[in-house]
Amino acid sequence: MKALAVKGLTKSFGGLKVLQNVAFSLESGERRAIIGPNGAGKTTLFNIISGTIQPDAGEVLLFGKNITRISTHRRSRLGLARTFQKNNLFFNLSLLDNINLALLINKIPSSPQSFIKKWDLWDKRDTRVGELSYGEQRQVELLLALAQLPRILLLDEPTAGISPVETEVIAAMINALPRDITILIIEHDMDVVFNLADRITVLHLGRVFYEGDLESVKSDQRVKEVYLGTDGGEVRS
Amino acid sequence: MGWLAALLALVLLPLAMEPYGLSLVTQALIFGLLAMSLDILIGYAGLVSLNHATFFGVGAYTAGILFYHGLTNFWVGAAAGITAAALLSMLLGLLVLRSSGPYFLMITLAFGQMIFALAWKWRSLTGGDDGLAGIPRPETGLPLSMWDSQNFYFLVLALFAASFLILSWFVRSPRGKCIVGIRESESRMQALGYNTRSLKYLAYVLAGGFAGLAGVLHVYYNGFISPQELNWTTSGLVILMVIIGGAGTLAGPAAGAAVILILQNLISSYTDRWPLFMGVIFVICVMYARNGIAGYAVKIRDKGRIKNESLGSERSH
Repeated sequence: MKALAVKGLTKSFGGLKVLQNVAFSLESGERRAIIGPNGAGKTTLFNIISGTIQPDAGEVLLFGKNITRISTHRRSRLGLARTFQKNNLFFNLSLLDNINLALLINKIPSSPQSFIKKWDLWDKRDTRVGELSYGEQRQVELLLALAQLPRILLLDEPTAGISPVETEVIAAMINALPRDITILIIEHDMDVVFNLADRITVLHLGRVFYEGDLESVKSDQRVKEVYLGTDGGEVRS
Repeated sequence: MGWLAALLALVLLPLAMEPYGLSLVTQALIFGLLAMSLDILIGYAGLVSLNHATFFGVGAYTAGILFYHGLTNFWVGAAAGITAAALLSMLLGLLVLRSSGPYFLMITLAFGQMIFALAWKWRSLTGGDDGLAGIPRPETGLPLSMWDSQNFYFLVLALFAASFLILSWFVRSPRGKCIVGIRESESRMQALGYNTRSLKYLAYVLAGGFAGLAGVLHVYYNGFISPQELNWTTSGLVILMVIIGGAGTLAGPAAGAAVILILQNLISSYTDRWPLFMGVIFVICVMYARNGIAGYAVKIRDKGRIKNESLGSERSH
């Protein structure tokens, strides 16, 4: 069964058609990257999948179940977790309290100790999350989603705005996740994408422009033109 | 330990106080309870509600009307007042919690003023703008006269303390923590799987119920109730208590209520222009003491801690 599928997703904001008839699907355990220039509709797609906005047409299926019209929190209970492009944390609470809020939702709560220790932030557990460095906040962004013990993880530019060293930390965290978690990631850092993803979907002007495995995406001339640039690895800003 | 000391001081207070001072403290406890209940919304859930006086007033009117028409049992009247306030908050909660931010502020204000107008116009039930005067003090079943200001003080103190315990238990409970999570980021709470609307609803109804209890005590204390108690200016005064006391704590708003009532009494004995002075005090608080009285208390405590710690480390060197 497909872990996640979207069919015919269409969304306009006023006269602006952000998504037009977008369709793709992920096998269970698959790691899929969505790339595309700014304004391609990537975050809107994520917001529709996670339920914060409703599509004008089309459906979202989670393990075969149509979740297009159900609320965000019920989607989450079905095993869908997401991170945010812009840090969306409980900034005035300690790291421990942040993680606890995420763990509390699980039927069998695991201990925050084992959870935070595993990710190397234990010394910062009592620090207010708003006082952590931006890179550490990016890690917490990921930790909150992982604490939900998701079956499907949506990652919205997890390495946006952080240094190359911090990017490696985040990439290693994602790579170390169990293979049974299905991952859909929006990412601009092509090294991260090529190290992580099994397949890539290219979104351009609100449509699925190309979809294929790593090699075919790298070598596709049209993808180079709209996104990758002609030297095959650099991100055109 | 701090709480026990505060409670002990409040218990011993009548020994040291004139009846006038004691009645002021009684009033401070009643408004302290009201401010604590509002702070569940403002400080914990991050919902700035502009009609908290509605639940206070409805609790007060319900009990007051019952006492006025011959009900003599305080506990029955109190239960009725709390129930009426809680039921109303259940109804309004369904409507107002659909909005957030400035819209929430406006819609709570609108519903609050609607009920204010209702109390004003429904003269046969509420006495209209004259209010209901001469509401007799009901009986508690205790072998103590509630006409005695000391006994009445202890009744209010007991109910205040019980409410404080229940509310502190609530804010420390998992649900209370989730409500703080909503204040910090509702969208993240939803992404984590929480039904944030039902959590906010819970906070709203809880706050409404305790405001109702404060209203019951208020009408018991005054023997009088008028639509003014339902007006948005009363709501505004309670918001002021919360902010001056320190939003996001329970003891802070209670202290804020005491400070405001005492200042109001003090200043109004010299001049009728007391709202002017209250305004200045409020501006100073917002500019220089954002976290209110509770914020200062925490600062002083932390300073003490840091001092102790640094002393300790010096010793160890």
